[in-house]
Amino acid sequence: MLHIYCPHCAEYREEEEFHAAGQAHIVRPLDPDACTDKEWGEYLFFRKNPRGLHHELWVHSAGCRKFFNMTRDTQTYEIKEIYKIGEKPSVVDSSVPQEIASGAAS
Amino acid sequence: MQHYSGFGLLKHSLSHHENWQRVWRNPTPKKKYDVIIIGGGGHGLATAYYLAKEHGITNVAVIEKGHLGGGNACRNTTIVRSNYLWDESAALYEHSMQLWEGLAQELNYNVMFSQRGVYHTCHTLQDMRANERLVAANRLQGIDNEMVDAEQLQKEIPTLDCSKNSRYPILGASVQRRAGNARHDAVAWGYARAADALGVDLIQSCEVVDLEVNDGKVTGVKTKQYGVIKADRVGCAVAGNSGVLAKMAGFELPVESHPLQALVSEPIKPFLDTVVMSNHVHGYMSQSDKGDLVIGAGIDGWVGYGQRGSYGIIEHTIQAIVELFPCTSRVRMNRQWGGIVDACPDASPIISETPVKNLFFNCGWGTGGFKGTPGSGHLFAHTLANGKAHPIAEPFSIKRFHDGALIDEHGAAGVAH
Repeated sequence: MLHIYCPHCAEYREEEEFHAAGQAHIVRPLDPDACTDKEWGEYLFFRKNPRGLHHELWVHSAGCRKFFNMTRDTQTYEIKEIYKIGEKPSVVDSSVPQEIASGAAS
Repeated sequence: MQHYSGFGLLKHSLSHHENWQRVWRNPTPKKKYDVIIIGGGGHGLATAYYLAKEHGITNVAVIEKGHLGGGNACRNTTIVRSNYLWDESAALYEHSMQLWEGLAQELNYNVMFSQRGVYHTCHTLQDMRANERLVAANRLQGIDNEMVDAEQLQKEIPTLDCSKNSRYPILGASVQRRAGNARHDAVAWGYARAADALGVDLIQSCEVVDLEVNDGKVTGVKTKQYGVIKADRVGCAVAGNSGVLAKMAGFELPVESHPLQALVSEPIKPFLDTVVMSNHVHGYMSQSDKGDLVIGAGIDGWVGYGQRGSYGIIEHTIQAIVELFPCTSRVRMNRQWGGIVDACPDASPIISETPVKNLFFNCGWGTGGFKGTPGSGHLFAHTLANGKAHPIAEPFSIKRFHDGALIDEHGAAGVAH
């Protein structure tokens, strides 16, 4: 069971109050009509799925219902940091280029 | 290969079972193979077997990081069925089902395939409609599936609570009577033994650390123990670690790896001779030949490679099982574990070519890969032998995530397996 700090409630709560909403920092194409099928498919379905550090989006669904980001190790399940929407992660995998790890925009 | 039979058992009993042949060799890898299959689980071993048997390609190696059948092959809840909704998946899983039906004879290995039926219970009108639609679709596809009402269901499974007093009363169920379960280890071992007999090298304790890709074409795999092993074609059947291998080859997959948990109880007397699954209260259960209740849970929603999940999921699963079978409320659980499943957004697998030439992936089976083992191996062998997909496997290309022709099995398969 993960013990998660909600940055909005400023409290640690149990995992059951939260819902994992997948990979963070996925940027919706500004003009979807201009996308090729490949670009649109990749935006919708293709994911990093790393074995190691992962930046992911969570929602405090049974609490304040607000979204926030988390950097977590997918192998040890250790939560490295919690940061708000719009912020950049400070714990990053050094083998992955920075702009890829955190997305072009957040 | 030493033939297994009742007579052989008797004969070997005279020498205190000390002279049985080793089930497979333990070879050192050659420098080069026609085909290398990464992943020595059920799917990888089945692929190797059918490559050798159906396509005559025997210069094949299966490379396994741990021991054969030591991953999801030995972690699943062993359910086999083919009542899927869409024609593409029904064809795929029925192909597998037909191979299951003759598998023990074919491999000369008792895989303990038992067609004891699989019930999907319905607790709401929506459940009933969805299952009736599924039954109708299956009839058109030529696959057996039928509805039973609550009264009939109570007669068929006396321990199931079909009363109107439960929190989510059961209105009926769909049942595929040809479905059932099998001994999961035996499937991996049976395929391994048969593949080895046909000349396939099974390389255990050998971890792939990189793929050798030149000019967009795979030419070999780099292993921790034996360095580079060359290959004309490479097939990956590594379930949860598919994303890791894809990263080595330089592309992303439309899969995410999640922990999927299961648990077994202490052994108890026979009380359930079939498989019951409920999408609504979210749990599934069967009883093994040893007598323990084999119980499956849902996936943990986050990406995880740790082969363990959160306790909340176990609690929900047990709640569902006690809801369905109140008489199990005092049964103690013996063991609990997790496996890493790679789930696709449309809950259907990928048997496909990749952006890298001569590299093929068989992945994305998510929570339902065990039932697909024979069919998956059979079709993937065709892909590896011919460089292009078998007609049944064609719709399961990675391309569907670009052109939008998804095979959305969430309704039939996304929850319980």
